Amino acid sequence: MSVFDKLKPLFWDHEDAAAGHYKRLFDFRGIWYQAVVFTAVVVLLPLIFITLADYSVTRKSAESEILLRTSRFVSNTRRTVSFFLEERRFALVFIVRDNSYEEISGAVRLGAILDNLRKGLGGFSDLGVIDASGRQHTYVGPHNLEGKDYSGQEWFKQVIEQGYYVSDVFMGYRRIPHLVIAVKHELDDGSFYVLRASVDLERFKRLLSQLEVMGGGGAVITNRKGVLQTPCEPCGRDALEKIPFPVPEYSTHTQVFEEEVGGKTMVVGYAYLLDTPFILMAIKDKDALMQPWYGTRRQIIGFLGLSVTLVLVVVIGMATYLVNKIYTADRRRVMALHEVEYSNKMASIGRMAAGVAHEINNPLQIIYEKAGLIKDYFTYKPEYKEDPRLLVLVDAVISSVERCGAITKRVLSFARHGEAMLQPVRIERLLEEVLGFVNKEAEYRSITVTLEVDEDVPEFDTDRGKLQQIFLNLINNAFSFLKESGSLTVAAKRKNSDWVAVSFADTGPGIPAKNLERVFEPFFTTRSSKGGTGLGLSITYNLVQELGGKIVAESELGEGSTFTVTLPLKPGKKGGPNPS
Amino acid sequence: MKALLVDDEKELVATLAERLMFRDIEADWATSGQEALKLAEETRYDLAVLDVKMPRMSGITLMKRLRERHPGMKFIFMTGHGSEEDFRSGSADASHYLVKPVKLEALLEKMKAALND
Repeated sequence: MSVFDKLKPLFWDHEDAAAGHYKRLFDFRGIWYQAVVFTAVVVLLPLIFITLADYSVTRKSAESEILLRTSRFVSNTRRTVSFFLEERRFALVFIVRDNSYEEISGAVRLGAILDNLRKGLGGFSDLGVIDASGRQHTYVGPHNLEGKDYSGQEWFKQVIEQGYYVSDVFMGYRRIPHLVIAVKHELDDGSFYVLRASVDLERFKRLLSQLEVMGGGGAVITNRKGVLQTPCEPCGRDALEKIPFPVPEYSTHTQVFEEEVGGKTMVVGYAYLLDTPFILMAIKDKDALMQPWYGTRRQIIGFLGLSVTLVLVVVIGMATYLVNKIYTADRRRVMALHEVEYSNKMASIGRMAAGVAHEINNPLQIIYEKAGLIKDYFTYKPEYKEDPRLLVLVDAVISSVERCGAITKRVLSFARHGEAMLQPVRIERLLEEVLGFVNKEAEYRSITVTLEVDEDVPEFDTDRGKLQQIFLNLINNAFSFLKESGSLTVAAKRKNSDWVAVSFADTGPGIPAKNLERVFEPFFTTRSSKGGTGLGLSITYNLVQELGGKIVAESELGEGSTFTVTLPLKPGKKGGPNPS
Repeated sequence: MKALLVDDEKELVATLAERLMFRDIEADWATSGQEALKLAEETRYDLAVLDVKMPRMSGITLMKRLRERHPGMKFIFMTGHGSEEDFRSGSADASHYLVKPVKLEALLEKMKAALND
């Protein structure tokens, strides 16, 4: 037996063959399905809709929050980086304005200025003064670059044109990334000179790494060709390598876009740094940024799952409970109807039988008395005594009348039980009377009926009518299953001082174990096609209970069944027989 | 002993009276309550055998009327019905009650028992 078989409600396998045209009304499983589906849809649909809407809204807001934060971060960082570069450029501008060419082109003064710059701003590694012809006039720093001619170089042309120049990053001496900042200063005589400084980018890198970038990302700087000026940790590339995606298009404002990098979705925020060849980028792992949202998502999904489960459990539970209630009420109603029908039928049969018996009894009595009178004539008047054959004939008439009388008496005693009435009953007599009804049928079908009543079974007070009906029902039940030349053994035994047991053992086909526990259930029948209502044994069960007794069924497949009725010898005894 | 037999079946009471006569019991018969009351006015009976269900006057009413006149009279009921009312009226008052068809021997026994009450 599967778990479902154990859990399934009473109505699950109900099939009302008697419902006929109205079968749909009594399809309890269908009603259950309808109730569950309808309620679940009505309750779950808004819940799912609201949860999905909430999911989508919170997701969108999480995403826009990420974009906003990235954009803000890029803007702030741009300001910092621009400030860093401008600070150094303006320092150079200040120096060329504050010093005359004669002063600044002296190696001692220039050395002092470099020293001051290192101590005041930091990050400067060398300083050089280049005259209008492009020749390095003075140089202070780690290399020996005095006299170097820059006139042909691109940066020198740019500085003359623009008045200042910021170079790309390059690997300087000692493999430390550097960039060059140069400013042009016009002299009163119409000529000019250029102050050129190398800036050590360690400070710059420190600055960038100090900026906390949430979500496992980092801020990097590239030139406008996409060459990294600082190492890019999130994309796993070093300075001077290319960024792993195309250079974003020029914009004066901060922009944010998403890009697949190494199988991961990265949120990239960027801004072109004005007056420099640089683009500032913030590269962040989207998954890491969305982590708080994933937590929320887990909660939403968990909440939805829990709610759906709870709703389904409640809906199924309620539907099962209610349909079971309806089913039970319907069963009770049908049972009551059947009982009324049954007792009406019994009452009608009883009334009819009593009427017939009464009507027959009168003429029977006349035949009886007339035959008796004829016999009296033979007995008391000598002239008739001579012919003994006549006496035999009269005796035959009398014995036939006596047989008819026995039948009508039996019918009358059966028809009599209208209301509960306690009266002394001898089990043996009662059983004989009831078996009298089936004697003829037993003869026709060659069924052996045996009655065994122990001598110590006493006469006791009980409702005779009910007891007759119980016995008749059990005997009829046995007869309906018995085949030709089967046998029925009815035995009455005294169990103890309070109880008497009457058993009806037949040699019928027996009852399968799974049906055995249900035989007393109303409407349980295996003979519905043969007109069984499933009420006979159920009514018998009720009658036995009304008498304060108990009925049990035992059966062996292929061997036969035994129904045992245990009855109290004292009326009003309740609670079932004690086997001891 | 003088007995009064009352039943709406004339054939029955007449035959029964004749059979009782064979057994030295003097029996008159009537087929209705009124007839029986008339007979009882003229004759004093020791015992009456009454059918319970009779047209116009039932056996029970007849018993009450007869008892008013003859308080010492004994009664035996015969019925073809065996219904509960019969039982109750039978056991409540006249304790002698027989269900048809009645064996003459059983009736004689009851009569004897009734007279000895």
